[in-house]
Amino acid sequence: MGGAQYFTGTDYLLSLPIILLTLFALGILLIDLMIPRELKWVNAATAFVGVLFAAGGLVRIQLAQAELMLQGERVEWAFMHSMIMDHFAIYFSYLFLAGAAIAILMSVRYLEIEHEHHGEFYSLILFSVVGMMVMASGFDIVLIFIGLELMAISTYVLVGFLRSDKRSNEAALKYLLLGAFSSGIFAYGLSLFYGLTGSTNLVNIGIGVQRELTARHNHASPILVVALLTTCVGLFFKIAAIPFHQWLPDAYEGAPTSVTGFMSVAVKAAAWAMLLRILIWGLYPMRKVYLPLLIFVSIVTMTGANLAALTQNNLKRLLAYSSIAHVGYMLLGLVAFASVDYPDAAMTDGLKGILLYLLVYTFMNLGAFAVVTSLRQRDVIGDEIDDIAGLFSRAPTEAVLMLIFLLSLAGIPPLAGFYGKYFIFLSLMESGHYVLASLAVLYAVFGLYYYMRIANAMFMREATDKTRLPISVAMKFALGVSAVATVYIGIFPERFIKLVTWSAGL
Amino acid sequence: MVPVSYYLILSGILFACGVTGFLIKRNIITIFMSIELMLNGVNLSFVAFAAEWKALSGQVFVFFVMVVAAAEAAVGLAIIIAVYRTRETLNVDQVNLLKL
Repeated sequence: MGGAQYFTGTDYLLSLPIILLTLFALGILLIDLMIPRELKWVNAATAFVGVLFAAGGLVRIQLAQAELMLQGERVEWAFMHSMIMDHFAIYFSYLFLAGAAIAILMSVRYLEIEHEHHGEFYSLILFSVVGMMVMASGFDIVLIFIGLELMAISTYVLVGFLRSDKRSNEAALKYLLLGAFSSGIFAYGLSLFYGLTGSTNLVNIGIGVQRELTARHNHASPILVVALLTTCVGLFFKIAAIPFHQWLPDAYEGAPTSVTGFMSVAVKAAAWAMLLRILIWGLYPMRKVYLPLLIFVSIVTMTGANLAALTQNNLKRLLAYSSIAHVGYMLLGLVAFASVDYPDAAMTDGLKGILLYLLVYTFMNLGAFAVVTSLRQRDVIGDEIDDIAGLFSRAPTEAVLMLIFLLSLAGIPPLAGFYGKYFIFLSLMESGHYVLASLAVLYAVFGLYYYMRIANAMFMREATDKTRLPISVAMKFALGVSAVATVYIGIFPERFIKLVTWSAGL
Repeated sequence: MVPVSYYLILSGILFACGVTGFLIKRNIITIFMSIELMLNGVNLSFVAFAAEWKALSGQVFVFFVMVVAAAEAAVGLAIIIAVYRTRETLNVDQVNLLKL
């Protein structure tokens, strides 16, 4: 791509949040050695400050970009066009930081109960956020791949963090084997794209693919189809769309609950950022080729996940299947995007829907997992539906908040979850996919049933253990933030719709 | 000079062997080795294409894939040891606590 021979100040400015987070993560590893057992919460506080600093770095980038914009200069590319800090990347970086911050708050007391309170935990969370930011801002397949692996390897360790727990070990093993397998397939697809276009940069890959398609009158050559299929299989593994979802329920069930919450929002959002970058920015010319694949995968995902969730008795597993179902809805937004040509409302609405969905999903799902996390006691694992029975009499505020999160997940207006679904269904109608839209609405009703099973247990059933549930200050804060965000986005959506429109660069 | 297609066919075979091994083997270590085989197939195809295009970026990717594979092996073996300590088996069929 040419350009400067050496890194400039711009490069360092645009990677400021990544640098800060790495420093804090390394710092926690050092500090952890010096502090005694009782003071392990200092690590959590350091990690939280690190997240705030990274957010400050993002603000700094935005201010600098706005200032240079006035002089008519766009400063987005960094490191010789291998990284781009555009609105999309900044938006996702904020999302990852929010997810990480809430997950850190959820973890403090939980890890103490599990007797596994180590500084590495927070360090690994920060490292995985670094990987996510690289995935969202990378515009070169080398960088995207490294970011993906940094995130994935940190998460494998987080899932297996409860070393003496059989379930945690098993979850980590399954996640590791399937994660590494999917990374291998993904890398093979990338190698074929490199071979076809001679570049690792997404811009050049897009141009090369367009040239290839034009030369063959818009018919994809077999090698191009193989490249697309392997890349897509890798991507679908990472977002856990059916039939590539087998790792997800096991990893979610076995992982420490606060990690499950973190994975279900931040790791998932990062996988989505990568998928959108590659399919929309890089392989845009091939959208008519991957459209049938997307339609197939989204239908199978919605059907399979909603049916499987109906019969689950484990809360974490139920929420795992519900998160797969949400991936199915989000894929529909991409279907709408891919099935129309450029200046069409369905295109912008589809993309807006996905981005808004990921935003509201972060808060409502983390909130739900925060409630499940607080059920963990000294001798109670607390992740079965029976454990949440009678929650209203044990912790009324928590039960009401959980109800809000569940209704939002089901997509009931005026809560935040409604607007995610609204834009996606709207974009489907605009692009003429009426059958798909009605199917999706039908499955949303299925969703209401299994979410209400949890609500029914909380409010209508008697508690087996009648003691009040102790809730730490950090957890109250995490719950409060998630609940306020879920309700606020639902009641005043305009600002957030503007935000996602801005982030998509529309 | 050997044509590039030969390398690609070999890389495809390596990759397919890796995928097959991953799917049919039951020992965790063997499954892990199959994944390494897949990554080696990827590496071979990257260097072959890099030589064909006379561009370095493909070879750079290979270095990173090797680093990633090493990091994954380090974490993976640690997890495998943890699993072995709690269960005393390395057969994936017996690692089956989490189920529907």
